[in-house]
Amino acid sequence: MTDKRTTLDDAVAEIRNGMTIGIGGWGSRRKPMALVRALCRSPVKDLTVVSYGGPDVGLLCAFGKIRKLVSGFVTLDSIPLEPHFRAARQAGAIEFEELDEGMLQWGLYAAANRLPFMPTKAGLHSDVLASNPHLKTVTSPYDGEEVVAMPPLHLDVALVHMNRADKHGNAQYLGPDIYFDDLYCMAADKAFVSCERIVDTFDEGSFHTLRISRIYTDGVVETPGGARFTSCVPDYVRDEEMQNRYAKAAADPDAWKAFADEYVAS
Amino acid sequence: MSTSRADHCTIACADALRGSGEILVSPFGVIPPIAARVARATTEPDIVLTDGEARAINSDGEVESWLPFRYIFDLLSSGRRHVFMMPVQIDRFGNMNLSAIGPHHKPKVQVIGSRGAPGNTINHATSYWVPRHTSRTFVEKVDFVSGIGTDRGGLVHQVITNLGVFDFDSPDKRIRVRSLHPGVTMDEVRENTAFDIEGDETPTREPTPDELEIIAGLDPENRRATEL
Repeated sequence: MTDKRTTLDDAVAEIRNGMTIGIGGWGSRRKPMALVRALCRSPVKDLTVVSYGGPDVGLLCAFGKIRKLVSGFVTLDSIPLEPHFRAARQAGAIEFEELDEGMLQWGLYAAANRLPFMPTKAGLHSDVLASNPHLKTVTSPYDGEEVVAMPPLHLDVALVHMNRADKHGNAQYLGPDIYFDDLYCMAADKAFVSCERIVDTFDEGSFHTLRISRIYTDGVVETPGGARFTSCVPDYVRDEEMQNRYAKAAADPDAWKAFADEYVAS
Repeated sequence: MSTSRADHCTIACADALRGSGEILVSPFGVIPPIAARVARATTEPDIVLTDGEARAINSDGEVESWLPFRYIFDLLSSGRRHVFMMPVQIDRFGNMNLSAIGPHHKPKVQVIGSRGAPGNTINHATSYWVPRHTSRTFVEKVDFVSGIGTDRGGLVHQVITNLGVFDFDSPDKRIRVRSLHPGVTMDEVRENTAFDIEGDETPTREPTPDELEIIAGLDPENRRATEL
């Protein structure tokens, strides 16, 4: 079996200007922050980012990497509003394709299943449709009901952070929720998994938590603490003190430079 | 023990869940989660509540099922859910904005995003909790329709604020006053609402001594008072 171990910088080197990337996790929970920081250090720009947004989105906004965000929200959970994302939006610096949370899942699912769309009621009659004129509705051939035809959210690259993985790219979550990390990998041409620890055998949790198969992954990076400051239970909880500093620094260029030097430079 | 405004808000949110039966309740904010537990301890023993991290926790504090986000999405599509969300703006039909103030391409104030509001409001009962009822929240026209109102087919159930309880049970599905919390006047509501509003001026009911004891037990540090 192929040994897919790689480094943060080599994984991120697969991402080129203008690509669409998907980032796993949810809000400020189990975000692949080590990979996101490597992306911030790279020269890449003009990205389309698909994410249940948290500080991954905020940090990429602060580094000017995002051209367009596809999401239903951006939040730090314990801090409801993401200040770096807000600043980028209020400056008109990024385009925001605003979706209902369930539409985003359906978009990934359609891409993973090579379907032209997935039908959903979510979005009907709301400004999610009005503000995204490319989204169309479709009439059921069975009973004539009109539903939204959510198109595939095809990803060039997916980045996720899991608790454990093996060197072949099978990966495991040990926390309460996988979020949509398996779907991101399935919707992508290339998927990179960072993890707290690369193991030879999966001795923790039940085998039901081995939710990402190597069939879908292209690289594995062992990055202990690779989700920090977001949570990665049971390995660690969110570092609220660090998240507070990250959020507060948005209002002060000197404080932001100091924070970014510490957090992103290495 | 005297009954506070926060207690009236709590009991009003709990009453909004009357008749729910066996559904998932997803309450955001401080008061709605307390209210949902009051409802489960009194009139609605079958409602399901989570810890916000994929565990459904029963009234004995035990995990009773696994509800990761993708199962919540499935569940909400089934209609067996009642959510309390906190609007940034709301209009007379209960159209709700959680996204941004100002033009969407370059907002004056970006907020959190529409989250699940479009799918919630078209699929299941949605109530809104507004701790500070002002004319900046109760607006003539919302800047972005995140949650659809009754005029667009949205299943908006009630709006509970620090001033009173509002519903849409009128012939034209417009918002109307259902009750005012003790001490609140219609003038106060009108001053803090940017559109015309009418309705019943009966007071929000008093919580019973048993209910007050349950509320105090669920929130001994009175966090509910800090939300108003």
